[in-house]
Amino acid sequence: MKIRIKFAKYGVMKFIGHLDMMRYFQKAVRRAGIDIRYSEGFSPHQIMSFAAPLGVGIESFGEYMDIEVLSMTSAEDMKQALDRVMVEGVRILSVNVMPDHVKNAMASVAAASYRIAMKNRAFPINELDEKLRAFYAQETIPYTKETKKGIAELDLKQGLYKIEADESGAVCMLVNASSSGNIKPTVIFEKFCEFTGVSIPQTAYQVTRLETYADMAEEGEAHKFVPLSEV
Amino acid sequence: MRKLALSDEILMQIEKPARYIGNEVNSVMKDKEHVAVRFAMCFPDVYEIGMSHLGIQILYSMLNEWDDVWCERVYSPWVDLDKIMREQRIPLFALESQEPVKDMDFLGITIQYEMCYTNILQVLDLAQIPVYAGDRGEDVPIVIGGGPCTYNPEPIADFFDLFYIGEGETQYRNLFDCYLENRKGGGSRHDFLRKAAKLPGIYVPQFYEEQYNEDGTIRGRRKLYEDIPDTILKQLVTDMDNAYYPLKPVVPFIKVTQDRVVLEIQRGCIRGCRFCQAGQLYRPVRERSADRLKEYAKQLLANTGHEEISLSSLSSSDYTQLNELLDFLIDDCDKRHVNISLPSLRIDAFSLDVMSKVQDVKKSSLTFAPEAGSQRLRDVINKGLTEEVILKGAALAFKGGWTRVKLYFMLGLPTETDEDIKGIGDLSNKIAAVFFDTVPKDKRVNGRVQIVTSTSFFIPKPFTPFQWASMCTKEEFIDKAYLTRQGIMEQLNQKSIKYNWHEADISVLEGVFARGDRRIAKVIYEAYKKGCLFDSWSEYFRNDVWLECFEACGVDIGFYTTRERADNEIFPWDFLDCGVTKEFLLREWKKAQTQTVSKNCREQCQGCGANRFGVGICYDKNAG
Repeated sequence: MKIRIKFAKYGVMKFIGHLDMMRYFQKAVRRAGIDIRYSEGFSPHQIMSFAAPLGVGIESFGEYMDIEVLSMTSAEDMKQALDRVMVEGVRILSVNVMPDHVKNAMASVAAASYRIAMKNRAFPINELDEKLRAFYAQETIPYTKETKKGIAELDLKQGLYKIEADESGAVCMLVNASSSGNIKPTVIFEKFCEFTGVSIPQTAYQVTRLETYADMAEEGEAHKFVPLSEV
Repeated sequence: MRKLALSDEILMQIEKPARYIGNEVNSVMKDKEHVAVRFAMCFPDVYEIGMSHLGIQILYSMLNEWDDVWCERVYSPWVDLDKIMREQRIPLFALESQEPVKDMDFLGITIQYEMCYTNILQVLDLAQIPVYAGDRGEDVPIVIGGGPCTYNPEPIADFFDLFYIGEGETQYRNLFDCYLENRKGGGSRHDFLRKAAKLPGIYVPQFYEEQYNEDGTIRGRRKLYEDIPDTILKQLVTDMDNAYYPLKPVVPFIKVTQDRVVLEIQRGCIRGCRFCQAGQLYRPVRERSADRLKEYAKQLLANTGHEEISLSSLSSSDYTQLNELLDFLIDDCDKRHVNISLPSLRIDAFSLDVMSKVQDVKKSSLTFAPEAGSQRLRDVINKGLTEEVILKGAALAFKGGWTRVKLYFMLGLPTETDEDIKGIGDLSNKIAAVFFDTVPKDKRVNGRVQIVTSTSFFIPKPFTPFQWASMCTKEEFIDKAYLTRQGIMEQLNQKSIKYNWHEADISVLEGVFARGDRRIAKVIYEAYKKGCLFDSWSEYFRNDVWLECFEACGVDIGFYTTRERADNEIFPWDFLDCGVTKEFLLREWKKAQTQTVSKNCREQCQGCGANRFGVGICYDKNAG
């Protein structure tokens, strides 16, 4: 059986990196007594995969992982069993049994929404909204990305689906998070700061991932983003 | 949610911030308003090393079982954070509460190896605790040292208020009760130390003075108070099955050195190798029952979620119920998809059978520790491993499909000659030859056998028969390593043998600390002030700075290392009583010089003195 688990990671847990979170969950699944499926071979490992890695320092309320189990009582029981063995700063938000044909979480990821809260308010709220609109109204948002292979010229606009201020004065955005076109929210935010001529150091804002989405668009449709737990 | 001691800015710019945030599974949070004693338990090395230590896990869990005590953990901040904490005057904090160590009642430091001594000073300094015990005021935590290096605490005696000599499970409650009673009665720090000095196993160094002869050796000791003991007797667990065992150990987020469940099957060792300090300190051998260990294994795996379990002891092959325990573990762990990581077992049909069940034969390697290259020298050190046994074990293993062998030797052992050193190459070669003789060409999986021969340098340690021995100089060590390499290069099968050796500088310094006295303290402090830190990490070890400090302090390295001691010399650690008598050790030292072996505890009692504790193998009906 394929199980999709949604969890939140916040507070001091934002300092735990992706690989360590995987190890954390491998142990948590054992502590919770979940009848997880193991791979074959001399050193079997749990069938477990994570949707989209989260950078150190970023909080999230929309993390996903898929596991396969051999048996279970109910999704609710599993949610409680897992949540009981969590540490402060990790909460199990939902557990869903997925139909077998559903693509795994990692392959399904198309977009993610983020919230960027500035510790010192750099912009008045009404001004922020206006500036974000102007920023998004640009035809292109050119960006030079340095990779191991060399330099790539990108247009961030292609993968920026939405950007706006929320009522608290934080910047919220929906960006491409697929394996081929992933955009870091901090890159967008830095571009925005550059656009407005304000300089905000990385340590002066907190990034939170709000949700991770699959794209359920039919042929011909542009996008139809659905949270991974609801596909 | 807890507020961290370090800001996001700092945590985001240092390596592995997870080292400093606490919050791990099974870490213990308490309400500080409802505890009477706050204890910071420190392993003075980086988190990944410190978190791998069983002793800390035992004491941490045991102390936290008591409602009136909150024990928290502290490790050495790595060099990146160390720099920031100094620049910003951030006081060292405990992982659980994230509050400064200087606000606690106690700072307990486990001292597992000599090369962590500057790290101890770092911890005190960053905690903003005066480095010298004599400079500490009323509000400063009581600084306690424990662990194997406290069997010669003198080089670091000036930095500690008290030392706990022996196994931690036994005296902490008494110590805390003494502390609380003193506080209730309005007693001072000095009053507490006076009372503590009379508790079993507690040593308060500032109440004793070391006195010297003109030649620099020790004349004796003077105590400042009549009512404190002349000798301090090691404390030990007398009933292993009912001793405290931590069933909910802390599970780290980041990968640490020992990332697994550890089952301590026994304490002590029957063997009596003459170079080995642990083999003397932890006498007598005391076993835990297999039934108890099976129960612990189940609970530990359930409480941690670890995917691996390993056994801990000085010599697991000597554990009398090993068969039964391993049978159970192999069966139970297979069901749970848990790996078993085997300790180094003596290579024989039984252990090879077990190993083939739990590990991939093609990828794993066999370990032999002959320690010396010739039978003559193995008799000197009382290592009861013969060439015949090694070659037989190797043949069996090669038939079973193993192709990798690790060999461990020591260089610079007492009475060692060039012939003994050549024996290292000879033995390595013979093992390779056994492979080619036993495994036909068409059955050689990786084509050939891989033998990794490693040497370390012998360092005489207190409470061993070799405590009287002369240690080599750095130059002698290096010559010996070259001779070993040359000996290997001359072998027929030299292409199958890889040779590794240790650095000589660090060994020399370790030798000074191991048998040093109180005059060493100022050198350690000087070196620390000049920036020495993480000396056990070769990339941070600065031998030139250390040499300068010895010079500046007028301390002669050779006095502590190369000098052979007279039979009747008073050692800095003689006031400690670890159970084994000096007469026994001297007897063994004499036997070593005539290449006479001693039987192990199970075969025949050698009268070491540890039977006075009234427990363990000394009273085992099955023992000789």
